[in-house]
Amino acid sequence: MTSSRREFLKSSATVAAVGFAANLASPRVAGAAAPASRFADDALRIAPTVGDPAIRELVLSAVDAARRAGASYADARISQNRSRTLATRERRVQNLSDNETLGCGIRVLVDGTWGFAATRELTADAIARTARIAVAQARANRRTQVAPVQLAPVTPTPNGTWSSPIRIDPFTVAIEDQVALLLRANEAALGVAGVRFVNSAMFFLREEKTFASTDGTVTVQTIYRAQPSMTVTAVSADNSDFQSRQSTDVQPHGLGYEHVLDAKLVENAPRWGAEAVEKLKAKSVDVGRYDLVLHPSHLWLTIHESVAHPTELDRALGYEANYAGTSFVAPPQKVLGKLKYGPEIMNVQGNRNEAGSLGAIGWDDEGVAPETFDIIRKGVVVDYQTTREQAGELAWWYQQQGKPVRSHGNSYAQSWADVQFQRMPNVSLLPGDKDLMYEDLISATDRGIAIVGDGSFSIDQQRYNSQFGGQLFYEIRGGKIVGMLKDVAYQIRTPEFWGAMDMLGGKRSYELGGAFGDGKGQPAQSNAVSHGCPPTRHRQINIINTGRKA
Amino acid sequence: MSHRLRADSSPRSLLEPARVLSQAEAESLAKRIVGFSQADSCRVSIGSAARGNTRFAVNQVSTSGDNEDVSIRVRVTVGKKVGAATTNRLDDAALRQVVQTAERIARLQPDDPELMPELGAQQYIAVDAFHAATAAAEPQQRADIVAMVTAASRAAGTSATGYLEVVTSANAIANSAGLFAYHRSTDCAFTTTVRTTDGTGSGWAGAASRDIEAIDGAALAATAIEKARRSLNAVAVEPGRYTVVLEPTAVGNLVQLMAFATNARQADEGRSFFSKPGGGNKVGLKVVDERVSLRSDPQDPLAPGVPFDGDGLPMRKVNWIENGVVRELGYDRFWAQKQSVSPIVLPGCLQMAGGSQSVQEMIASTERGILVTRFWYIRPVDPRTILYTGLTRDGTFLIERGRVTKAIKNLRFNESPVFLLNNIEALGKVERVSASESGSAGVPIVVPAIKSRDFTFTSLSDAV
Repeated sequence: MTSSRREFLKSSATVAAVGFAANLASPRVAGAAAPASRFADDALRIAPTVGDPAIRELVLSAVDAARRAGASYADARISQNRSRTLATRERRVQNLSDNETLGCGIRVLVDGTWGFAATRELTADAIARTARIAVAQARANRRTQVAPVQLAPVTPTPNGTWSSPIRIDPFTVAIEDQVALLLRANEAALGVAGVRFVNSAMFFLREEKTFASTDGTVTVQTIYRAQPSMTVTAVSADNSDFQSRQSTDVQPHGLGYEHVLDAKLVENAPRWGAEAVEKLKAKSVDVGRYDLVLHPSHLWLTIHESVAHPTELDRALGYEANYAGTSFVAPPQKVLGKLKYGPEIMNVQGNRNEAGSLGAIGWDDEGVAPETFDIIRKGVVVDYQTTREQAGELAWWYQQQGKPVRSHGNSYAQSWADVQFQRMPNVSLLPGDKDLMYEDLISATDRGIAIVGDGSFSIDQQRYNSQFGGQLFYEIRGGKIVGMLKDVAYQIRTPEFWGAMDMLGGKRSYELGGAFGDGKGQPAQSNAVSHGCPPTRHRQINIINTGRKA
Repeated sequence: MSHRLRADSSPRSLLEPARVLSQAEAESLAKRIVGFSQADSCRVSIGSAARGNTRFAVNQVSTSGDNEDVSIRVRVTVGKKVGAATTNRLDDAALRQVVQTAERIARLQPDDPELMPELGAQQYIAVDAFHAATAAAEPQQRADIVAMVTAASRAAGTSATGYLEVVTSANAIANSAGLFAYHRSTDCAFTTTVRTTDGTGSGWAGAASRDIEAIDGAALAATAIEKARRSLNAVAVEPGRYTVVLEPTAVGNLVQLMAFATNARQADEGRSFFSKPGGGNKVGLKVVDERVSLRSDPQDPLAPGVPFDGDGLPMRKVNWIENGVVRELGYDRFWAQKQSVSPIVLPGCLQMAGGSQSVQEMIASTERGILVTRFWYIRPVDPRTILYTGLTRDGTFLIERGRVTKAIKNLRFNESPVFLLNNIEALGKVERVSASESGSAGVPIVVPAIKSRDFTFTSLSDAV
């Protein structure tokens, strides 16, 4: 599920993220930062950095301490997360904060039961003590054991390094330039008649993560994420109505500051402002069934909720029943190779390597090199997202398919303080063979609604019934957009919705959307994930009107 | 030079309680950091927490975790410019560095036209939110509580999943104007979802308290197992407007949304339900049934809040809605000054006044209606009416002629707490609920069960 903003802020505040400030002496816009290189501001650092031999020793000592305390398997992660939050409204900076958090999390398996403990104190003593706490915890948990945990095999990576493919490290860009960019964008939006409020923000993350396991893996990764965003609000002259437009055509990416520059906030702000004003005067939608043309900036969230979540194996097996829920794509024995999710043109893959995606990494949080794998092939479910603990549940299926029993590399923890578990990789809908664009889908539609941008969203705990809003809604008549609508939401049952997809765009129409706030697990952890997709068309979908008078 | 706190260097034996900073430790640390600053003002906010959790699924512990962390946030002003930085490293070099970072950020800012001066020393009300037994809870004690549910569920032939969270925290604020504030609290939340092994029935039970000894694992297991069994063979009903009997958790799920919307600035700016058509806000106007009173009382023993906010501002009891009339809205210090009122901040808890009816009595007086255990995946649809959508979950039943007659399939609602609280027919006795979506302790909430008419369900869900 995607967290509401409130829940997301709560959960990310629990483990305050990252980083500290940029060095004044660094160039305004640094050149391309080499992967895993030392950054300009490293001269200021006192904490050990990624790739530091001392960190490698500590992470190995954690694994050794766990083994000495009785663990049959152990892994340890030391991560330093650095983040910057910059938020403005109109002509004012509301918040600019640099944050860092550093610590070590140790996971152990004792007699087939997990334990996990974490400390912010990076000394050999503290780490050894934390390893012993994790082992003692596993022993306390063992009394409820029904079946011991078994891990699928992994090929060890004794010395791996990986870094996000960024061009500009956001922490080397002058802060005053970042502030000035947002204030200029705000000014551009406020120049539109009828616009009364504008919020804009940038968020950057750099996670430096060192991982070691008793399997002999040691990996060092540097992961970047960037999210520029705006919300423009128009209020009617008599205060009787207000409407907002969020900058959903700009999605968060696993990139550096170049993503902010490419987003062209100043250039786009007047258009977002004009669209917010236009929404005030838009026609309130008539309820009924319409053909929907869904833009990738909208569709990614529907894929996230109705395809990516239901194909998480832990949900299908009942492990998330108390919060995120279970799945209608279950049990595996009844659905793999059998359940028809959509038409033949529907192909969905999991991956952690799409360029610039939020889910891109070198190794997951149990040292598995992720692979690209089919989840839905020609409309039929053929696999789930897995971790090492889970892959064995599907051994019968993989043997039948002539495939090895191994994890797809979908283990993730949001920080050093949290235990890793199954989290979705990028889950993307592949483009079709025909070279169709969004506009071609509109031209082919006689009576329908086109939806741009993600908006309101809610889905049940087995991923059947969901409801989605959007940012902009356009009425289609005779293959043409004839005007803007408002108060639109569609309600669907997942198999019927995907079964009703009869067109999708080609390679050129494919875009990546995504979110930082993919919430799952208890305590809730935020995953960052992208979903690539072309635009799609779905026939005769139920539209409701969400406007009510108070 | 490294300056170690005891919290860092003393080894935590498994028999020692979770460690958070004491008042003396927090004060000494905060004042030391303030002393590092050359800025015109400096505020240090310390969050020290020890968190433990145990999860279970399919009748056994799945994962668990213990961690201790301290976050240090430094906010400085240089002239009218503001900067902030956060770290969790506590050695002197790191602390000097976080102060310098905040100062460097501040110097690069434009002036903040809404800057308010730091508050001087304040007096705070006493908020008793710390229970020693909760702070002392160990992984073994958590496993014991969990085992009550897994054992009961195994015996019942069902499958139990759930989560127990225990948090001890200490928060402190100090600034260069002489303010110091410290508050220590414990939190505990326990929820369980029990499913029948064929996947056709699901029941939920949950509780939250500052005191782990108030969590009754056996009673919660019994409730969740019973609901799972009773929810078998669910039938479909037509979506539409129904009289509903909402159990207290379901009321908490919705009523907290109203409290989140009580922001005076948004209202005054014309972008809130609390905006008055033509300008201004709805303070003084009746917006819901006169039996509805909604307040935040930080000293409520059942759902204590916090004694101060992030600025170090003292908290007091706030009456949001009294007898259906909006009495107070939230004002931060800047907006309060601009509008010539006193600042009002949500003191981290929420209480709704109740009545005297039992859920059984509400059912008995209902000709046809729906009994709801809880709501889930609740997301905003239209801020103009505080309209949200979400679904029923883990125990939804049809009421006919004064009796619960059958389990029904889950339903999606598109509804607002404003309409719910306007259409009230009866109120029950109040209780503390666990109403956060994720099962974490969340904002402490005390609410009654409610019977209300014309609740809008818009579609059916096949989810169990």
